[in-house]
Amino acid sequence: MAENSLTPRYPDLGLIAAAKSEKKIEGDELKAKGFFTQLQGFWVTFITMFKKVNTVNYPEVKEPTAARFHGRHQLNRYDDGLEKCIGCELCAWACPADAILVEAGDNTETERFSPGERYGKVYQINYLRCVFCGLCIEACPTRALTMTNEYELADDDRAKLIYEKQDLLGEMRAGMVPAPHPMYPDTTDTNYYRGEVTKAHPSQGTPIGEVNA
Amino acid sequence: MNFADLLGNDPGWLTTVKAFLVFALCVLLTLLAIWSERRIVARMQMRLGPNRVGPFGLVQGLADGVKLALKEDLIPKAADKIVFIIAPIISVSTCFLSFAVIPMTGKVSLFGHKTAMQLTDMPVGVLFILAAASVGVYGIVLAGWSSGSTYPLLGGLRSSAQVISYEVAMGLSLVAVFIRSGSMSTSEIVAQQHSLWYAVALFPSFVIYLISMVGETNRAPFDLAEAEGELVGGFHTEYSSLKFALFFLAEYVNIIGVSALATTLFLGGYHALPGLTFTENWLGGWFTMIWFMAKVIAFFFIFVWLRGTLPRLRYDQFMKFGWKVLIPASLFWIMVASSFRLMSQRGASKSVVIAAAIGVVIILLAAITLFDRSKEKSEEREALGDVAPPSFPVPQIPSQRAEQLHG
Repeated sequence: MAENSLTPRYPDLGLIAAAKSEKKIEGDELKAKGFFTQLQGFWVTFITMFKKVNTVNYPEVKEPTAARFHGRHQLNRYDDGLEKCIGCELCAWACPADAILVEAGDNTETERFSPGERYGKVYQINYLRCVFCGLCIEACPTRALTMTNEYELADDDRAKLIYEKQDLLGEMRAGMVPAPHPMYPDTTDTNYYRGEVTKAHPSQGTPIGEVNA
Repeated sequence: MNFADLLGNDPGWLTTVKAFLVFALCVLLTLLAIWSERRIVARMQMRLGPNRVGPFGLVQGLADGVKLALKEDLIPKAADKIVFIIAPIISVSTCFLSFAVIPMTGKVSLFGHKTAMQLTDMPVGVLFILAAASVGVYGIVLAGWSSGSTYPLLGGLRSSAQVISYEVAMGLSLVAVFIRSGSMSTSEIVAQQHSLWYAVALFPSFVIYLISMVGETNRAPFDLAEAEGELVGGFHTEYSSLKFALFFLAEYVNIIGVSALATTLFLGGYHALPGLTFTENWLGGWFTMIWFMAKVIAFFFIFVWLRGTLPRLRYDQFMKFGWKVLIPASLFWIMVASSFRLMSQRGASKSVVIAAAIGVVIILLAAITLFDRSKEKSEEREALGDVAPPSFPVPQIPSQRAEQLHG
């Protein structure tokens, strides 16, 4: 059997022939090429002194990250100001480091945070555990959870590194109405999901940024 | 009037002032050396180096020193307390000693006195330096031994073996200088180099000294005593706070010390570069100090350059190089140098000297060729002896496998 196992079960790509006729590197080719090659290293280090340094003066100079850098998370909103998170906990389940805690709450007619039945009532990400793998982002069915490019997450207290919902929610843009408020008239969560709600309706409340206008 | 008489007329207070100046200069140079080394090595690695403390990070060395002084001063329980404390003191005080006999300027006036920037002049000045360096080894040995711990002991033994081995080569390289100058006084040797530097006249000595001074100071690529992967920190593993700072200071003062000695013995000390002799009278003679410093700094740059370029040697390679290459080469060179010296003293004719020189070159070439041949032969023998397959199972190499497949 041992003999059989040596029989190639794959086409001979000329590798065996190559291995057979392999030109051996030996003798003078292996030796250091004389005294002056030893000095080449000195030239390398000397000339490197006059090259541009790679150092970035970090706190003063901040270079932009790669466009899809995995930084701090953000909970997004629809264009009328309702939250996208539906409290499904898929992100928490996807998380390999068990860094996310979600508790869903029911939307009511008087207090509505997101379109549909439920919203994320409690949303915590523990940045002491998060490995920034992005699996939560892949798991999110509504694109509620995305990652920003922000990387300055150091702090002096462990408790401060557990980010609550208010720390994670994206900023309110002009034209949004702060939640809770009713959904856009005559729409369902499907319309929201399809991106058909592009601005707040006057019946939903006073939009931000239009108060002064 | 030579230096010995000049310095002999110094009043006591002037000597004290000079001693203080020399000490301050050493400490200041150390701080600058630490800073510049880190900056230069950083540049060689395309980094910036320390640039936070003070302009261009210049005060970094001082900040590190203050930090070290404020740290907890630990003495291990197993340590021999008295020796443990004495060791860094020996180390640091001996390395300052060698500066006492280094002439840093020509004749200058200091507080209205005609003198020179040299603390004292001895007829055996260079021997004094070698002696001080040898006593300095005790600092290392005792530090390693008194720590009561394995790594420091091994590190201490390693460094002392290293320093002692390379001191032999160093001492031998200086012999040619003594023969040529006919003096062991540092100021006399500098004065003799007015026309021709010994780095040129005694080039082999200079090269051997350059190599052995790196070995002597435990610096890269000969910094085996501090091989982190093998010995943690070497002999000063157990040291912290000010005592560690003393070792650190000793290391750098040592580097500057051997650089200053190299300048004195081979690069004409405080003399200006050939062709710029008129500058020696500038600033009432003090300009010579700038020449001296420039040469010392050049040597220091070589130290840093070596550190930035070469990887650390293996211990056996290092010892082999010291004992089997440097010392025999040194002995051979001393023989040649003394022969030529004797010839010139006895007034041998030019043709005899040239013939002798050619003879030496031929002997050298023959020795090198023979050495190479015997090396090749032994390599051949090694290669032949290597054919037998090992007695233990090994994975097949591809070519063998191919032979099995296709006969």
